Amino acid sequence: MSYIIDRRLNGKHKSSVNRQRFLRRYQKHIKKAVEEAVNERSIKDLNRGEQITIPQQDIHEPSFGHGQGGTGSIVHPGNKEFNTGDRIPKPPSGGGQGSGSGDASDQGEGEDDFVFQISQEEFLDYVFEDLELPNLLQKELKEIKEFSLKHAGIVSDGTPSKLNIVRSMRNAQARRIVMSKGARRMLEEVEEQIEEIEQAETALKDEKLLQELLAQAEQLRQRIEKTPFLDSYDLRYNHHVKEPKPSSQAVMFCIMDVSGSMTQETKNIAKRFYILLYLFLRRNYEKIEVVFIRHHTSAKEVNEEEFFYSRETGGTIVSSALKLMDKIIQDRYPSSAWNIYAAQASDGDNWDDDSETCRKIIEESIIDQVQYFTYIEITPRNHQSLWYAYEQVQSIHPSYFSMRHITDLTDIYPVFRDLFQRRLHESSKN
Amino acid sequence: MNQAKTKRNFLSTGSDWTFELIETYDKEIGKIAAEFGLDTYPNQIEVISSEQMMDAYASVGMPLGYHHWSYGKQFLDVEQNYKRGRMGLAYEIVINSSPCIAYLMEENNMMMQALVIAHACYGHNSFFKGNYLFKTWTDATAIIDYLVFAKKYVQECEEKYGIEDVELTLDSCHALMNFGVDRYKRPVPLSAEEEKARVTEREHQLQQQVNDLWRTIPKLDKSDADEDMRESFPSEPQENLLYFLEKHAPLLKPWQRELVRIVRKMAQYFYPQRQTQVMNEGWASFWHYTLVNSLYDKGLVEDGFILEFLQSHTNVVYQPAFDSQYYSGINPYALGFAMYNDIKRICENPTQEDRDWFPDYVDKPWLEVLDFAMRNFKDESFILQFLSPKLMRDFRFFGLENDVLDPFVEVKEIHNDEGYRLLRDRLAQQYNLSYREPNIQVQKVNILGDRSLVLKHTMNGDRPLNEDTVEVLKHFRRLWGFDVRLESWGKDGLVKSYTCTEESE
Repeated sequence: MSYIIDRRLNGKHKSSVNRQRFLRRYQKHIKKAVEEAVNERSIKDLNRGEQITIPQQDIHEPSFGHGQGGTGSIVHPGNKEFNTGDRIPKPPSGGGQGSGSGDASDQGEGEDDFVFQISQEEFLDYVFEDLELPNLLQKELKEIKEFSLKHAGIVSDGTPSKLNIVRSMRNAQARRIVMSKGARRMLEEVEEQIEEIEQAETALKDEKLLQELLAQAEQLRQRIEKTPFLDSYDLRYNHHVKEPKPSSQAVMFCIMDVSGSMTQETKNIAKRFYILLYLFLRRNYEKIEVVFIRHHTSAKEVNEEEFFYSRETGGTIVSSALKLMDKIIQDRYPSSAWNIYAAQASDGDNWDDDSETCRKIIEESIIDQVQYFTYIEITPRNHQSLWYAYEQVQSIHPSYFSMRHITDLTDIYPVFRDLFQRRLHESSKN
Repeated sequence: MNQAKTKRNFLSTGSDWTFELIETYDKEIGKIAAEFGLDTYPNQIEVISSEQMMDAYASVGMPLGYHHWSYGKQFLDVEQNYKRGRMGLAYEIVINSSPCIAYLMEENNMMMQALVIAHACYGHNSFFKGNYLFKTWTDATAIIDYLVFAKKYVQECEEKYGIEDVELTLDSCHALMNFGVDRYKRPVPLSAEEEKARVTEREHQLQQQVNDLWRTIPKLDKSDADEDMRESFPSEPQENLLYFLEKHAPLLKPWQRELVRIVRKMAQYFYPQRQTQVMNEGWASFWHYTLVNSLYDKGLVEDGFILEFLQSHTNVVYQPAFDSQYYSGINPYALGFAMYNDIKRICENPTQEDRDWFPDYVDKPWLEVLDFAMRNFKDESFILQFLSPKLMRDFRFFGLENDVLDPFVEVKEIHNDEGYRLLRDRLAQQYNLSYREPNIQVQKVNILGDRSLVLKHTMNGDRPLNEDTVEVLKHFRRLWGFDVRLESWGKDGLVKSYTCTEESE
């Protein structure tokens, strides 16, 4: 007697706990790989997982066994020309198949590294871990598609919270009218008769009939009364369907100082900052364009590769970048059609007179066009004039301008906090 | 007319399977198996998806197991290789339990499902039930319960003592897993219910015993006592390292002892499988071949079905030659299948050679001899007893000896009259666990002094230990709690000594 069972519907992720254990144990390796991946990838390229490689020796589970050496013995199949006593030269690499001794095949050198994939979600988890993002936000950022609920008519089935009262009552009324139709017609007739009798001469009054009719009328009234006021098939519910949010577009300006004082490490911190902004925008907008502007004494629009990895030396004039950004907005991204975000990273260096110019450009032209302007200063040193100039801007436009002094990765998130809170609040109102 | 009649009797004609068809095939195959006298546990056939198959792989084929990162590693490895098309998944996994659980993959077609049912549900199943090693070392009715118990226990430990500590202990146990079996002593079978009830009791008792061993207060004239005790503990070398640690490691907490025990029990459960690869796979292959062919002989399956079956079967029992790019050692399916077939041949159509070599078996009923062979041997003794000169010629076996210092390997014997017996010995030795794995035993413990422990490795053919040795010693030390030394002894005395002290851990 055999039992045949369909197990396919059982969970298929029985190994997920063990997988988590594994990831936990090799966190350091994975984190390092993720960090490298973030530094190498484009900031827009976050929709895939990552391949993690761990050296075999770090992952090997040791056990007692025989090593190379000593006298080995083995039997092979497929003899063609050998005879007893033949001596066969070993292949030069040593080892090989002739010297095995029947040991398990997972021994020996030169094995490949252990390679596996982590998913996009896990990848972002590791990215966020460094940034110390709140959990709720992590979840929001990982969801790629945003939906909004749309009215899709009225249905006869649903949850009480979606009850459409007006429609339900209208239905109830119609049903009451229909259901009591017969009784009301009869009542009308009876009432007419009663009236007739009452209006007739006293002598002709048929008291008996009158009483009968009155009783009948009373009965009919009760019957009409008894028609249920509201019945379950009167109920109507609002129906909603999920619809992708209407397409909208945003442009993100990444502005970075590339003068000699910006090290690669500083740039990598800045990169996380841009990634976060990009993720945030992706959640809110269907189409995002990214413009990279780098500057030293003069500004230039470049591609991402050049933005992060080529180096230049020289002084620093921040206003050149702001002017260029303003010009690009005028030319290509009219603020009537685009949501404009700007993220600027710098080590705070600026030509002394220039900071005042920057403030003016931002206040007079840029701040009215952008949704948000964020500035991070990545430096262990004291603030310079640019910081103080921007502080003035922030005091006047606190909801459009945010700035933060950063020394390491965990400082990045607070810059966005206001922005996220504001945005999350707005989107939840929709 | 006859043609038309048989056609109507086909169990199925398409390649798709359904649950009804699986049931029909199982019934028919079961009927034939009973006719051949196969004695099996009841079957539990479970259809699973390929993802679930990967899960089953990762937990060494068990339906459930305790959590450990190494299973996660296994899973990732299988997943990665499978996704990249570097490996296919096995068509089936079968578990030595009662009822005997067999997993069938939903991707298989009907022919494959029938093959798997014959192979696993009647071949392996009857082997599990009949072979003496499985009978001695495992209790098929209790294993699932024991796994449930082990999983729960490990989980509770993790909650109480933290994942980290549990993981460290399990890591160390896993490193010694192959040394967790008594090779010569017969075990008391696992019993899960008892197990559960006795756990707490055992925790106390074990600790008590350990304390007893270590309680001995040093006498004043220390030197005498020291010498005496050194001689006396352990009174004989201990080969079951995990058992020794479970019973005698001075610093283990009760829950750690229980973890050692769980890993030891698992090692014991898998011990027969490691020693009966050729016999077990050969037996299952022999029976899937015989049973499915009987289906065909009875006119229950079509020509197309049997041709497809034969192709799969041939792939399974294919043995590439040593110089082929596909060669990766002797295929246990091929050797086992050939040997059972050969035994049948010796019984039915013996040659003069067979009469000389196997006087006990010629002209005997083949079913009886096969049954005897399945029940009473392990790979090593099976080959010693039944490998015939004809098979050695068919496989064109040759034996090599390889000395690392010699730039040549020497062909010691080939498939000829002078070579048969030597060749057979050499091949049998290859399946001998105590040849494959180093012989390491607990030699002595300095119980009155620093509690250091000495392991003795008796070298076999001058073969040294592998590069993991130092790592494994660290694991041993973690469980033992005090310094550990491992000595490799060759023919001419001490060859090498490894030490693991607190600093090196």
